[in-house]
Amino acid sequence: MAEQEYPGDAAVTPLVIVGTGLAGYTVAREWRKLVPDQALTIISVDDGSFYSKPMLSNALTARKSPQQLATFSAAQMAEQLQATILTQARVTALHPERAELTLLRDDGVECRLGYGQLVLALGADAVSLPLAGDGAGGVYAVNDLQDYRRLRAALEQARSVLVLGAGFVGCEFANDLRLAGYEVSVADPAPYALSRFVPESLGRQLVAALQDIGIGWYAGWAAREVLRQEGKLLVTLEHAAGARQQLPVDLVLSATGLRPRVALAQAAGLHVNRGIVTDAWLRTSDARVYALGDCAEVAGVVQPFVMPLMHCARALAKNLAGTPAPVAYPTMPIVLKTPSYPVIVVPPDPGLAGSWQVTEMEGGVKALSMDADGKLLGFALGGSALTEKAALLKALASA
Amino acid sequence: MKKWQCLICGYVYDEAQGAPEEGIAPGTRWEDIPDDWLCPDCGVGKIDFEMIEMAG
Repeated sequence: MAEQEYPGDAAVTPLVIVGTGLAGYTVAREWRKLVPDQALTIISVDDGSFYSKPMLSNALTARKSPQQLATFSAAQMAEQLQATILTQARVTALHPERAELTLLRDDGVECRLGYGQLVLALGADAVSLPLAGDGAGGVYAVNDLQDYRRLRAALEQARSVLVLGAGFVGCEFANDLRLAGYEVSVADPAPYALSRFVPESLGRQLVAALQDIGIGWYAGWAAREVLRQEGKLLVTLEHAAGARQQLPVDLVLSATGLRPRVALAQAAGLHVNRGIVTDAWLRTSDARVYALGDCAEVAGVVQPFVMPLMHCARALAKNLAGTPAPVAYPTMPIVLKTPSYPVIVVPPDPGLAGSWQVTEMEGGVKALSMDADGKLLGFALGGSALTEKAALLKALASA
Repeated sequence: MKKWQCLICGYVYDEAQGAPEEGIAPGTRWEDIPDDWLCPDCGVGKIDFEMIEMAG
């Protein structure tokens, strides 16, 4: 690793971005388009290589190694963005009142960095539900490339995998692992997959399609305990009705949700709720500090998806460049990339309660979310029904 | 006719098929798609796409 030169202690950089996931690098790129001449420092807690998180959950079938997923090194990104990128550097504290942060450098020295404006793109932790047993510490969870590198290394010695959680991430990983030849099972307390986003008949068709390619499904079963036993993990599943069973597997992958990384902001007295709270201009409770991506709760909503992130990054870049614009989301479909049974969901806007109107067809389900007066609020399409996407997007736009 | 893949989310634009649901007729070459066009799956711009040789 070339010797990194650090800015002098408490030197002030006009813009400092903390985080080199899609959020940090996208806002850096959008901002650099608008502001070609100001200095930019980006801080990465890892090696700062550029990668796309949505590609993690289909990398096996795409025959991509973790190294191949890292498409640009930090050095290449620094060149592209005309930025200083500090790698293996952990921000240990924020001091909004002095517009400074404290940084633990890769050489172990702590230093202070001043900023004109600060963007927090800290991401989220993949949370695993509380599990008892001496094997609980061996459960994997993935929300960035470092997590994924560890998973892929462990997969080399594994044949059977239990995925906990049948949401977007769990279903995509289960499909990818199965198509790559692993023995896969999925356990989720909910009765069917994507239960928070789609009606039952669509969720059941998705489960059936995944079972058709050999994935074992434990609907209504929650993992309670993981024990180490002769190189395997013995997972105790408990059904809502109280029954228990034990499943011996080589590897357990938890995909049961994300927790935005808010500790730094909270300790600095910034307003925090589920995520770091920002207004529609991505501004936190401190006028010089902004946040976006998985760590942020923008205008009341945490949306750990790529499309909302792209719109936030463009709005934030304008704000940072002095031409403020609130984020204005278009209709944003969420796409489940499961080749065995693809799904597209446009959830109703938060706070709007719709009821499902479901049409089942050969190899697909079309579900419309309607309010009491029959107004279209959102939709969900599974399998062969995906051909209706364009028409429904138009209908939604004019609803 | 070439194929282009979004490096962020994997969406594939096939020039032969176009993207009718996005109002892009089959046979539309990549260069002829407006620069402010966004990936229908994830919203990134054209610069996040790369020409790829798709098998088959």
